[in-house]
Amino acid sequence: MDDQTSVILSRYPRGHRDCLIPILQDIQQEYGYLSESSVTEISRYLGLPSSKIFGLATFYNQFRFEPRGRFHIRICHGTSCHVSSASEIIKELGKKLRIAPGEISRDGMFSLELVACMGACHLAPLMQVNDNYHTKLDSGSINDIIDSYIEGED
Amino acid sequence: MIVQIEVNNKIIKARKGETIMSALSSAGIMIPSICSMKDFTPTGACRMCVVEVEGRQGLVPSCSQPVSEWMNIKTHSPRVVKSRKTIVELLLSNHPDDCLYCERNGNCELQILAEELNVRERRIMGKKNKYKLDHSSPSIVRDPAKCILCGRCVRVCEEKLSVFAIDFVNRGNRTLIGTAFNKDLNFSSCINCGQCIMVCPTGALFEKDSLPEIEDALNNPEKTVIVQYAPSVGVSLAEEFGIRQGKDISGLINAALRKIGFDRIFDTAFAADIAVVEMANELLSLKGNKDRRPLISGSCPAWVKFAEQWYPDLLPAMSSCKSPQQILGAILKSRYPGVSGIDAATVYSVAVAPCTAKKFEAQREEMTKKGLSDIDAVITTRELAKLIKLYGIDMNQIEPEAADEPYGIRSSAGKLFGASGGMAEGIIRSLPYAAGAKEPSRIKYQELRGGRGRKEAEIRIGKTTYRFAVINGMSDAVNLIEEIQAGKCEYDFIEIMACAGGCVNGGGQPIGTGDNAVRTRVKALYGIDEKETIRCAHKNPEIKELYDNYLGSPMSEKCKSLLHTSYSERKVLL
Amino acid sequence: MSLKTHIPVEKEYLVNNVLLNESADLPADVDKLLKLVCREKVKYPVIFIGTGSCGLISGAGETLFEINKYLSDRNLKADVVETGCAGYCSMEPVVGVQLPGKTRVSFKNITSEKLAFILDGMFNSIIPEEHVLGQYKSPSLELWKDVPIISELSFFSMQYRNLMKNWGRISPFSIEEYIATGGYRSYLKTISNYTHEEVCDIVEKSGLQGRGGGGFLTGKKWKVAHTVMADQRYLVCNADESDPGGFANRAMIESDPHRLLEGVIIAAYAIGTSKAYIYIRNDYRNAIERLEKAVDSARDYGLLGHDVYGSGFNIDVIIRKGPGAFVCGEETAMISSIEGKRGMPRPKPPYPAVSGLFGKPTVVNNVETLSNIPAIFENGPDWFMSLGNETSPGTKMLVLSGRLNNQGIIEVPLGTRVKDIIFGAGGGIPGKKRFRAVQVGGPSGGFLTGDNIDIPYDFDSLASEGVYMGSGGMVVLDQDCCIIDTVKYFMDFIQKESCGKCIPCREGTRRMLEVYENITKRPLDENGHTTLERFKGVMQLESLASVIKDTSLCGLGQKAPNSVISSLKYFRSEYEEHIFDRKCSAGVCKELRLFYIDVEKCTGCTACAPKCPESAIIGTKHHPFFIVEEKCTGCGICYDVCKFSAVLVK
Repeated sequence: MDDQTSVILSRYPRGHRDCLIPILQDIQQEYGYLSESSVTEISRYLGLPSSKIFGLATFYNQFRFEPRGRFHIRICHGTSCHVSSASEIIKELGKKLRIAPGEISRDGMFSLELVACMGACHLAPLMQVNDNYHTKLDSGSINDIIDSYIEGED
Repeated sequence: MIVQIEVNNKIIKARKGETIMSALSSAGIMIPSICSMKDFTPTGACRMCVVEVEGRQGLVPSCSQPVSEWMNIKTHSPRVVKSRKTIVELLLSNHPDDCLYCERNGNCELQILAEELNVRERRIMGKKNKYKLDHSSPSIVRDPAKCILCGRCVRVCEEKLSVFAIDFVNRGNRTLIGTAFNKDLNFSSCINCGQCIMVCPTGALFEKDSLPEIEDALNNPEKTVIVQYAPSVGVSLAEEFGIRQGKDISGLINAALRKIGFDRIFDTAFAADIAVVEMANELLSLKGNKDRRPLISGSCPAWVKFAEQWYPDLLPAMSSCKSPQQILGAILKSRYPGVSGIDAATVYSVAVAPCTAKKFEAQREEMTKKGLSDIDAVITTRELAKLIKLYGIDMNQIEPEAADEPYGIRSSAGKLFGASGGMAEGIIRSLPYAAGAKEPSRIKYQELRGGRGRKEAEIRIGKTTYRFAVINGMSDAVNLIEEIQAGKCEYDFIEIMACAGGCVNGGGQPIGTGDNAVRTRVKALYGIDEKETIRCAHKNPEIKELYDNYLGSPMSEKCKSLLHTSYSERKVLL
Repeated sequence: MSLKTHIPVEKEYLVNNVLLNESADLPADVDKLLKLVCREKVKYPVIFIGTGSCGLISGAGETLFEINKYLSDRNLKADVVETGCAGYCSMEPVVGVQLPGKTRVSFKNITSEKLAFILDGMFNSIIPEEHVLGQYKSPSLELWKDVPIISELSFFSMQYRNLMKNWGRISPFSIEEYIATGGYRSYLKTISNYTHEEVCDIVEKSGLQGRGGGGFLTGKKWKVAHTVMADQRYLVCNADESDPGGFANRAMIESDPHRLLEGVIIAAYAIGTSKAYIYIRNDYRNAIERLEKAVDSARDYGLLGHDVYGSGFNIDVIIRKGPGAFVCGEETAMISSIEGKRGMPRPKPPYPAVSGLFGKPTVVNNVETLSNIPAIFENGPDWFMSLGNETSPGTKMLVLSGRLNNQGIIEVPLGTRVKDIIFGAGGGIPGKKRFRAVQVGGPSGGFLTGDNIDIPYDFDSLASEGVYMGSGGMVVLDQDCCIIDTVKYFMDFIQKESCGKCIPCREGTRRMLEVYENITKRPLDENGHTTLERFKGVMQLESLASVIKDTSLCGLGQKAPNSVISSLKYFRSEYEEHIFDRKCSAGVCKELRLFYIDVEKCTGCTACAPKCPESAIIGTKHHPFFIVEEKCTGCGICYDVCKFSAVLVK
């Protein structure tokens, strides 16, 4: 068993299904995603079939089954952002990165996530790249922002 | 306590605490439902069962709402009917338009609802979800496009079978029923029992079709096509042809199979007699051996896979005796050609089973000898009905015929294999003889019959008592296994059947023939037993002949190589 | 970033002299000390910075860094206090400066580069006027001249701040400051003086209704759960706020987490449970951090745990992070989620108050409901009753966003007229644009427009307009916003967030979305897009909406069609325009726009033609160009690139 996984599991009592979500959250925090092997470990620890764990994890927005990109983009699609043309920004971003929300770019650099509302409506539309916020976006600035991340990595 | 409620302006009586739906059904009012299942708590998912209750804002699901005194209910008001109809139309808007090609055409709950609610126009249109068929399993095909997400399969798999192979995956209109990590069913913990098929309202789940290969074999003049049918098929096939429920039509089946063109026809119950003798002797040989107690039956292939996946430590306790289907298959490809003068290489062996897991069992590596499998194709009771219809045979007009000789005789003990407890009862009947005592003191074991989850009986031979247990349905096995693992188990022999009720309620049996059907099937089997003169397996003259002239004594080396097998741990995503 | 907050008292002192002192008035010396704790008087300059999420997103993190740098560079002695948001989000980052003896002055939009200028001025007692937001009035402190009083600003003047009273004022990290403002005293008084039933009675008498939107009497709900025989009960606080445009609960936790916590434990006492869960949306990292800190300090102060101060009351608070599903705001779904299952609602009855979490009686209350509790016990139920109007007592937090001058979170007495909120606190529509509608209550809510915005904001009045209070979101739309597009947005949200359990919601919401997609799409091929088909789709909307409302399993589905129904009621002409004229006068539905080139203005510069993704623009250089209507998808690129304003919308 993976050391880190067992450390995480040991923080929770065995066989308690109500700990499933906190465990998945910790595992994802550690590895960035939920792998088949970690689900199998959890399944054994909680005595809960992996189909149930997979069924639960796919229900919630938070859980993912593939790693995040080096730059994880969370773009807000709240009401305020929407009336400030966030849909256009999302489209533009999809075109630029060639990925749809929930996907990761082939080089593993970017992953995109749609967020219901980040609660900064006065700065709409906005997005978060790793820990940085970019606000009052338009289709021009979005390209520059992405380019700056690409250049930064080179 | 009785309360009065007003339904469609008429006062009816209802029991306090019962649901509206149950009160209505006692009053003769049918309320449609998709997700509700007998003996399961309501989930309230499908919303088909809504009714109008005075004073309530929205419509109320009758499946989960308890009645209360003077509740005023409208069951078929325009508002209710419109809602139900719209719900069906919504389902249809995301459903493939291929009823004519569908497995369940004519026996589909969605089709019936659409008809009952007079859906005659495609009003609601939109994008449909696209899925691929899952053909991976040897037993079960999944067509998620036809799935209406009622969740019955998930609940049966979980609550009745304790298998948890499938669950709801994703959310909203992207929801589907899937295995862990959306793998193909074959990689999952599915035990192939087919109970999910039995509860599926549509054609989203059905057995893997084996008819084409059988037709090919029938059409091939080089092949000798031999068929056997399981004990419970004889008492359930009648339902598919509108013949009286619970009638044993084995004679008609023989006739029909012969008309179709099968070269030889046998009743699997003959091999069940062999299985009884083998297991009785296996049990005797183990008595006193504390390490190998209890002996657990391995005739149910769904149970076998269950054990291989979850309880590999239990496998040494599993009886090595093959199932009757595989025993007969082995004999038909070894001894039978010599007896009948057929070239063994031309034999194509078909089994008709009430079960989908039998398709899986026939494909197991352990069930082959020198690259030849004991059984070449397995079809379910339902497929047999299709085959008979395909060949245009009118079951109401033909005359019964006998099965082929030799192996045409079977004891009624072998026939009992079709019902839960039947195998154990058969072994008890033959155990005294195998132990050297001549006659069984008792034939009927009422305590092993019926629908309880665990049944027990014991028999004393000389100074030794043999304790038998019968597990009726997979979910009841888990407790017992825990007892075994804890060393608390006092049984000598345990019969385990995955499907509640045994093979009569298998996943390959007719669908939608009503709750009563299973009961009448069981009754028919016990009825056969009552009328039979040979009621113990060891008294079957033909198996005596087979042992004397070919197999030697029970549990001989010959028997072991032909009729016995072994199991090993199976790695799947649990 | 170190917190240099100076607390002049010890834990033991606060416990013995404040928390355990049951008299209404505290001795003068204690009172004086408490005033120091909550900085009514300061010895050193104090710099406040709002580091709620809205502040951080606006750049408060950088500003805070700059503050610390500024102080250490100059070797200045000053307290730096991180507060939550004061509600006025569009002014973030807000920096406050309080000099000894003087009132506290707040400055707006202080991004890091402006910081030095502000502090330079303030440390020399010169107010940098152009950045001033206002000053907080205090009886004992000297006012700055010519600086507006914060509470008199239009954004604040109509508010009644009870829940939000500490927002931006005290540090959310400091339990001492919360205690100094009177916190946790009602809790300890309650558990030592009242029985469970009495607590339920008081809350019932206050008339407090669930702020999650249902409007059910909170005290009544508690009573049910308390009366059911059980060996264990649970309290669940719903902090899974996931509505787009609703973030008042998050701000509540970020600004004053102890108020919520105190409410949670009083409620737990009322229903007689020793275990309370706070189910908070996992995305709310900042809020979770502050809540965890609050729970830790409350435990440290002995306010949580076994036999709290000898009362015999045991209480533990567990924080559960909601992994993201809108439907988990529904109580039975939330319960499933805490149990470690897919967050799918189940039919009621049995109600959670009878059989909820792990099959035990469970009360699910929302953050705002529970945050109201401490003040009810501090000031009495009659006081609470006197706020708001007859049908809806108390105040309500609202989130103002969209096309408004002032955006942020406000608290007003229930019954305040919607119009006053928009044009008073909200400051009206920017840029002299015309008001079109206000979308109330998020995805489950609906529209108000015209005369209807004159109604009081309370449960009954909104319900009679078919609008649902929901999360308290208010998104204002002006003439440049398209109603159809907004409804489409909400339908898209709901169909994505539908749990998929019941058929009407799962299948119905997506079919409704498709109708909207149809009528906002350019009919490039006539198949399925004929006017008749489009019209039929809209006719179907009404029928679908009524069935979904009537038959869905949970509130999410039952309320899903609300925005459809209310938009059909008030904006029929807009539907007709989209269907028959294939036009969106707001210009939002891009695919319906048709562009043409004004031959008079076009110089033939060729800027547009190569940019057109559909190659729909043809022409010869130096001659006016032409747009082929059949090819044009209305993307608007030509419109954006034309330097001569020659591209026009038809």
